[in-house]
Amino acid sequence: MRKFSGWTLLKEAFGGQQGWTPQWRRVAPQAEYDAIIIGGGGHGLAAAYYLASEHGITRTAVLEKGWIGGGNTGRNTTIIRSNYLFDESAALYDHALKLWEDLSQVLNYNVMFSPRGVMMLAHTVHDVQVAKRHIHANRGNGVDNEWLSPEEAKAYCPPLNIERNIRYPVLGAALQRRGGTARHDAVAWGYARAADAIGVDIIENCEVTGLVRDASGAMEAVQTSRGLIRCRRVGVSAAGNTSVVLGLAGVRLPLESFPLQALVSEPVKPVVPCVVMSGSIHAYISQSDKGELVIGAGTDAYTSYTQRGALHVNSHTLSAVCELFPAFRRMRMLRNWGGIVDVTPDRSPIIARTPVPGLYVNCGWGTGGFKATPGAGHLLAWTMARDEPHPINAPFTIERFRDGHLIDEAAAAAVAH
Amino acid sequence: MSGRRIQQGGRVDRSRAIRFTFDGKGYSGFAGDTLASALLANGVQVFGRSFKYHRPRGVIAAGSEEPNALVTVMRDEARCTPNLRATQVELYDGLVARSQNRWPSLDFDVQAVNDLLSPLLPSAFYYKTFMWPRAAWHKLYEPVIRRAAGLGESPTLPDPDRYSQRFAHCDVLVVGAGPAGLAAALTASASGARVMLCDEQPEFGGSLLDEPAATIDGATTADWIRDSMATLRSRANVTLLTRTTAFGYFPHNLIGLNERITEHLPAPAADMPRERLWQVRAARVLIAAGSIERPLVFPGNDRPGVMLASAARTYLHRYGVAVGQNVVLVTGSDAAYAAALDLHAAGVRVALIADVRADATGAPLDLARQAGIEVVTGATVLGTRGRLGVREVTIGVLARGTVNDTRRVKCDALLLSGGYTPSVHLFSQSRGKLEFNEARQAFLPSVSAEPESSAGSCRGIDGYTQVLNDGARVGAASALAAGYSVAAPEYRVQALEFGMHGLPGVLPQASPLQPARAFVDFQNDVTSKDLALAMREGFESVEHIKRYTTTGMATDQGKTSNMNALAFVAGELGRTIPKVGLTTFRMPYTPVTFGIFAGYDRGDLFDPVRTTSMHDWAVQQGAVFEDVGQWKRARYFPRSGEDMHAAVDRECKAVRTGVGMFDASTLGTIEVVGPDAATFLSRLYVNGFSTLAVGRSRYGILLRDDGFIYDDGVIARIAGERFHVTTTTGGAARVFGMMEDYLQTEWPDLRCWLTSTTEQWAVIAVQGPRARDVLAPLVSDVDLSAAALPHLGVTQGRICGVPMRLFRMSFTGELGYEVNVPADYGLAVWEAIHAAGQPHGITPYGTETMHVLRAEKGYIIVGQETDGTVTPDDAGLGWAIAKSKPDFVGKRSLARETMHAPDRKQLVGLLTVDPKVVLEEGAQIVATPGQHAPMKMIGHVTSSYHSAVLGRSIALALLRGGRARIGETLYVPMPGGEIAVQVTATVFYDVEGARLHG
Repeated sequence: MRKFSGWTLLKEAFGGQQGWTPQWRRVAPQAEYDAIIIGGGGHGLAAAYYLASEHGITRTAVLEKGWIGGGNTGRNTTIIRSNYLFDESAALYDHALKLWEDLSQVLNYNVMFSPRGVMMLAHTVHDVQVAKRHIHANRGNGVDNEWLSPEEAKAYCPPLNIERNIRYPVLGAALQRRGGTARHDAVAWGYARAADAIGVDIIENCEVTGLVRDASGAMEAVQTSRGLIRCRRVGVSAAGNTSVVLGLAGVRLPLESFPLQALVSEPVKPVVPCVVMSGSIHAYISQSDKGELVIGAGTDAYTSYTQRGALHVNSHTLSAVCELFPAFRRMRMLRNWGGIVDVTPDRSPIIARTPVPGLYVNCGWGTGGFKATPGAGHLLAWTMARDEPHPINAPFTIERFRDGHLIDEAAAAAVAH
Repeated sequence: MSGRRIQQGGRVDRSRAIRFTFDGKGYSGFAGDTLASALLANGVQVFGRSFKYHRPRGVIAAGSEEPNALVTVMRDEARCTPNLRATQVELYDGLVARSQNRWPSLDFDVQAVNDLLSPLLPSAFYYKTFMWPRAAWHKLYEPVIRRAAGLGESPTLPDPDRYSQRFAHCDVLVVGAGPAGLAAALTASASGARVMLCDEQPEFGGSLLDEPAATIDGATTADWIRDSMATLRSRANVTLLTRTTAFGYFPHNLIGLNERITEHLPAPAADMPRERLWQVRAARVLIAAGSIERPLVFPGNDRPGVMLASAARTYLHRYGVAVGQNVVLVTGSDAAYAAALDLHAAGVRVALIADVRADATGAPLDLARQAGIEVVTGATVLGTRGRLGVREVTIGVLARGTVNDTRRVKCDALLLSGGYTPSVHLFSQSRGKLEFNEARQAFLPSVSAEPESSAGSCRGIDGYTQVLNDGARVGAASALAAGYSVAAPEYRVQALEFGMHGLPGVLPQASPLQPARAFVDFQNDVTSKDLALAMREGFESVEHIKRYTTTGMATDQGKTSNMNALAFVAGELGRTIPKVGLTTFRMPYTPVTFGIFAGYDRGDLFDPVRTTSMHDWAVQQGAVFEDVGQWKRARYFPRSGEDMHAAVDRECKAVRTGVGMFDASTLGTIEVVGPDAATFLSRLYVNGFSTLAVGRSRYGILLRDDGFIYDDGVIARIAGERFHVTTTTGGAARVFGMMEDYLQTEWPDLRCWLTSTTEQWAVIAVQGPRARDVLAPLVSDVDLSAAALPHLGVTQGRICGVPMRLFRMSFTGELGYEVNVPADYGLAVWEAIHAAGQPHGITPYGTETMHVLRAEKGYIIVGQETDGTVTPDDAGLGWAIAKSKPDFVGKRSLARETMHAPDRKQLVGLLTVDPKVVLEEGAQIVATPGQHAPMKMIGHVTSSYHSAVLGRSIALALLRGGRARIGETLYVPMPGGEIAVQVTATVFYDVEGARLHG
């Protein structure tokens, strides 16, 4: 792997950029691998990288039916935070956040992790109660999160509207300063390049069409659009299509897939310095380095595998954004897209063994998988390499839906009374 | 000065001069000008600076595909809009426009230093550096990059303009009012079908507006358009929308239109919306979106003065503006010859036509040469010169890899044509399948996914006669598909026109290593070398190349650049264009103002405000409100000088010692009626209802199927087959939804009907030892005695003559009633009770007091004591579960082992060792003091108040193994130190419950 640096850039400036080489090799699948990851998104590529770098399993392949990073990795709003309520979740997401913090240096690829702060707004008395509970729980878990008054929130994000007479006034905010954003494509490419450099085969345009089990029922091979590949250790990391892939092995998971939308505005000069989220009125906004306002909308109400959502879902989000940032009403939507998110009943992920020996799964990240990318890959690799979960992902089993050990982050924030 | 207004011609109104400013300098144009045409007429060539290298850029197009000429238009301080295309900004008197992304001035921009550094800044350079030291990215590099990026500046003041929304249905929606669209709309509307016709331009006619010399069936185009519009306007079944962009194609033939209403007016009326969102559901959609000319890609192709040939023709014929006085054309298409001939006829010197096709022959060349214009075939462009405007172009003839006959030609405008790209954006958004047409070197609509058709040049039809007739035929077919019959007319057009197809890609050069840069994407400064670099680094998927280089990701979304990029990539990879494939077309077609999506949903209309019948009374009393769901609820009623604490203390004492009244109307109410109503409720709730007697009520708990508490409320049996069910305020809609879901999908056999009656009832809770005394004089047909109406009894009668359902119930622990009257009588009855209560000191109280009173009694609030992980047993409500029932929602989940684990979080009371300290809700609980993070946290505080009646603080908490810990001392770690607490039972006041039965 040719090291990226200001120095190599300078050298290439004088060499007409002719010295650069492919960031990952274009290879045909081999007949057999020690490990296969199905799904070439950030999570899958990270898992392959850690399998090779931390567990020495370099005969690893990533199978991607399209182009790497083309699913939810390239379709999300790149928000990174770890201020989750329950101990299990806080540990999981903070594990990922710690990996984000030096990921550019580890991968030698600038993934532009930018801890610009994630501010979550509270609009009702109930919101305030929920936010404070999060802050106390996070503090106990060593995860930074602090309460801001409306005035402090505005100081942190000047265009925010904190007028008291609006429909849902801002009563305060929970701020995680270590949270922020990263450049989504760079994460996929950076992991791909680093994994490739230590021997991982990244195979694009290779769709998995079958999961082959031996007489004992264990994983034996993967049938693909590019032929049969033998492998006894297979990890599935296919986001919205996980249920489809696992169905090939006869494994049913409690997953539902929904379209989730996002959009960007035309680029403008810096105006939103941090990430602002409002769970109760459904608005998520930050500004990319290019200058686009990046806005996340909600999921459609109905399950679907189509990568586009309904217009009224977008409209609702933009109404909310315009209430919180009334100057943005004149801004213009440049691009809108959808992704398919796989959602579990408790809105927490699964990183676990499956009932099929040798088959592992990382799924159920719902609307929040990007932030976990390094952590999810790291833990899936660990689980595959040792055939047992890391203590951090041990609670995130499939069996919890049977035995009731749910980790229900969504319900914890539910509004009632 | 290069551009100029020619003596005559154009569709501008020369009798109406319009004054405007650009970067502070005053100019004059005519009514009908765009900002671009007026500036060109004034000789302005530099319109903006590019995104990355800050290179000076001129206008290259005349329509919405323009990538370069982006400006900020400022009507006033608050009405400031960045990133508008000068080609779409209509001139009005007093218009103020400003260039963007430059400092200190458009002609001298300091950041143009990036252009000199460009060898250091190839595509994606930022992924390869700025990584050391670790914190430097966020603290040092990123802020610099962010300031350099962006185009215009965001508005900073709240937008005072209004935005409107309309829904519409029609038989045929025609998108685009060029020749195909007009013919389609004329034909389809003649059938009687309801037709909507929209076009993004201020005038209908499309490319016909650029053809003043052509005739249609003998009439000039101007006359034909005028007559056609008169016909369309005369038809009541036709809706015409100018300045309206069809920006998005949504499932089931829903099309989003963005209508711009006031943007072109000098002084819009205050009551006019600025823009409107149309959501049109059409039986058939007819796309007549036309096509867009491509520039050619060669070194130095981005200088101001370089322009599309079709744009030069538009400026000439629509605005009477010659874009140069001495022009050179470079073309890979016959179409450009029309521009050359028209400019020549208008008195512009055409120095040279450089045709890049070695084999170009035929009428266009002959006509040009007859006009005395020199034509070179097999040409290529080696470069251009001119700092703020093109002054010279270097042309050579390419043969077998070598360039001969190199020559420099002076010019003040360089016009390009690489042929036309059909606008398949909407078709592709509809999920229709595109197919690559080799002959036309274009992707064309193939298989439809929605009930739609394309017509005219957006589906590759060439020639005005053919396009008009195609529009008419598809218009007739669309009407027929929508149930209307009409014959398509035949049109005959005479025009100077040539074939539109050309060759996409980068002009061949003698050596692949040109030092100069050939721009593919103008706005994002992506060159052919950037594309080559991406491929060198292994990015071969067209989506990867787009993301790595950002080609096609600028605000024009690659309208002029995508096909050139694609053809170049295909050539370099040695693959065919369809093999490389297109990137996905996404909505919107052109950028759309956020405001129209919000529409009327702003301020109080952002989300409906729900108020009760007694709301205004509470407002007059000075109540402080809180938002609960969509409702406004009175939180407390402060008297002068009181803060919340003082008001709540007073209200609490009043209820405990006398009587209080509370507006409970926001609680959800559902009327469940039918022979199987009791069975239905018994299956749904954990409690049994079959045994509930008429005239009795019961506290009900509703679980999700995972066994956790979802909602609660009181359910009363009004008659044998009629139940009055209450829910939480926030849960009303979702409980109703859940009930319908079960009734319709799980138990469709049950004869049972549901009606949401929340809005029909006003509910007045009268609570306290004197409650009966207050109500007694007001009610009739009701016996209030404890014997006749005991706790949880329900009866019907009258109050103040108004029919009433009266519940004996209490959420305070005191003697209490809830008076349900039809909502219209709510205020009158409330006022009557308030008046009757005066001798008893009746005190209105709000939700905060309600919360304190119920916490003193250990009653839970769903969403506060529960969080979706709490079972009835956890909440101390295990007694409510009917043991004998065969099933209810959640029963199976409750049987799981973990639901009975001894370390589950259970509801307990907490008393701080220091009675003055009020815990913070949400605070965590630990068993051993002095821990540092990560701590072992064993619970959290769910509710915490100062209790007036007890004279100390109280709290409820969910605590691991809590009931077994009663009596223990635990700790609540706070930033300022730990607070010691004692674990208690949940009931703090009147433990034996005697007061309830008073």
